[in-house]
Amino acid sequence: MSSRPIYTVSQLTGEIKTLLEKNFENIWVEGEISNFRHPTSGHLYFTLKDESCQLRAVMFRMQNRLLKFDPEDGLQIVCYGRLTVYDPRGEYQIVVDYMEPKGLGALQLAFEQLKEKLAREGLFDSARKRPLPTLPQKIGIVTSPTGAAIRDILQIIDRRFANVHILLYPVRVQGTGAAQEIAQAIEELGRWPALEVMIVGRGGGSLEDLWAFNEEEVARAIHRSPVPVISAVGHEIDFTIADFVADLRAPTPSAAAELVVRNKVELVQNLENQVWRLNQVVRTTLESWQERLESLIHRLTDPRKRIADQRLRLDDFSFRLATSIQQGLGRRSERLGLKRESLFLLHPGKRVADFSRRLSQAYHRLTISGRVALRLNRQRVEVIAGRLRTLSPLSVLERGYSIVRRLPSQEIIREASRLKPHDRVNVKVHRGEFTARVEKVAGGEEDPQPSLTLGSKGV
Amino acid sequence: MAEQKFEDAFQKLESIVKKLEDGNLSLEESLKAFEEGVRLSRFCSKKLDEAEKKVEVLLKDSDGRLLPKPFSLEEEGD
Repeated sequence: MSSRPIYTVSQLTGEIKTLLEKNFENIWVEGEISNFRHPTSGHLYFTLKDESCQLRAVMFRMQNRLLKFDPEDGLQIVCYGRLTVYDPRGEYQIVVDYMEPKGLGALQLAFEQLKEKLAREGLFDSARKRPLPTLPQKIGIVTSPTGAAIRDILQIIDRRFANVHILLYPVRVQGTGAAQEIAQAIEELGRWPALEVMIVGRGGGSLEDLWAFNEEEVARAIHRSPVPVISAVGHEIDFTIADFVADLRAPTPSAAAELVVRNKVELVQNLENQVWRLNQVVRTTLESWQERLESLIHRLTDPRKRIADQRLRLDDFSFRLATSIQQGLGRRSERLGLKRESLFLLHPGKRVADFSRRLSQAYHRLTISGRVALRLNRQRVEVIAGRLRTLSPLSVLERGYSIVRRLPSQEIIREASRLKPHDRVNVKVHRGEFTARVEKVAGGEEDPQPSLTLGSKGV
Repeated sequence: MAEQKFEDAFQKLESIVKKLEDGNLSLEESLKAFEEGVRLSRFCSKKLDEAEKKVEVLLKDSDGRLLPKPFSLEEEGD
């Protein structure tokens, strides 16, 4: 009889099981995944190997559902778990409770994997990115109702362009369930009537804090949004999947606010610039026409027989110019901040166009009838030219002139010699009128030239 | 939409100003163009002032519908 102990297979297996399971209860193992299987049961089966050896592994569904990345063949991982022995077959394996990729953090790997997947589907294509509306009247924001992001956004919008309607959809921006809240917020806010643009984001934090914005459901919600989405997550250096899918990425929530309303400030400036240029160019156009008119007047010479006829035309033209300018003045308001003189020059009256056309015709007729030696009634033409030059949209009265009428005949007085001391006169000035008595009269004897009148209005 | 009209109007205003500055229009055309330019600039100006200022937060009521309520920043530590 020998004294060697003789095990049965079962006994030996039992001992091996106890030995292994007790001594390898909490271990970390690193290796490469191979023979990876993921059956419908939800459990993961694979082999961990290195250059020379292999170890069977399993990660049950309860544990693997928390994985943030997809294990696959070839991946280097680090596992935490325990050894178990499967008696009937005498096999040992490691039951993995936790797994992470070696080298890259789990989160970072998940980030890379999702980024590739969505890029392949075209969610990041620049062609599908929409331009921001230039004049948004309704802006949506998905972020935490407390926190730096909403505060910064509101402050900046208020400072730059206050008259805008902001709709905030409050969400949790980190923690379990945050991604789902954010995705739902984007979905529902996107359906809000007349919403034109949306900012989605949060303030700075760690990769874990920002993680909700790397989740697939948030990315897809942004992709499906009917209005353009600006992403504003974390600090300048943080890039999340949401940033890649959004129509525009802002480095911070403050930057997002500036992008959304900055357009309005630029627009106001552009508009004012255009208006200024508009007024400038019309002013110079009318000034050049005015110059041409004056030079024509100066060169005007008349056969004695036709003097009265031409003079009448000039009177008529200048009267109509004065009237139309006067009328135009009433219409054009100060809205664009022009001075009144500029306003006069800029009046778009049709009469000015008529006037210039007929003047050209008159001049044309004069030259056709030949160069005739003409005696120029210098004084009269100068009077007209002078009057034309000094015509302003304000009545001549405003320049300090007044209309004097003798009472009670109401005869308009142009020559002082028409008056005698003690005559009573009515004097009309720019504002108001008064009655006066003549004390002394000087000058104004009979004028050898007939006087000019410009219609029945004015002096 | 108000959006498109503003853009169109502003672009038209720009092209009118350019045309006038090129100086090839007759006086009559210039004045017509100026009139149109003034009209467009007033329209654009009006559009810029149109939006009303409002800051609201959307909250779900018991039926799950979103209702806007006035929103103001509360003191928070961050």
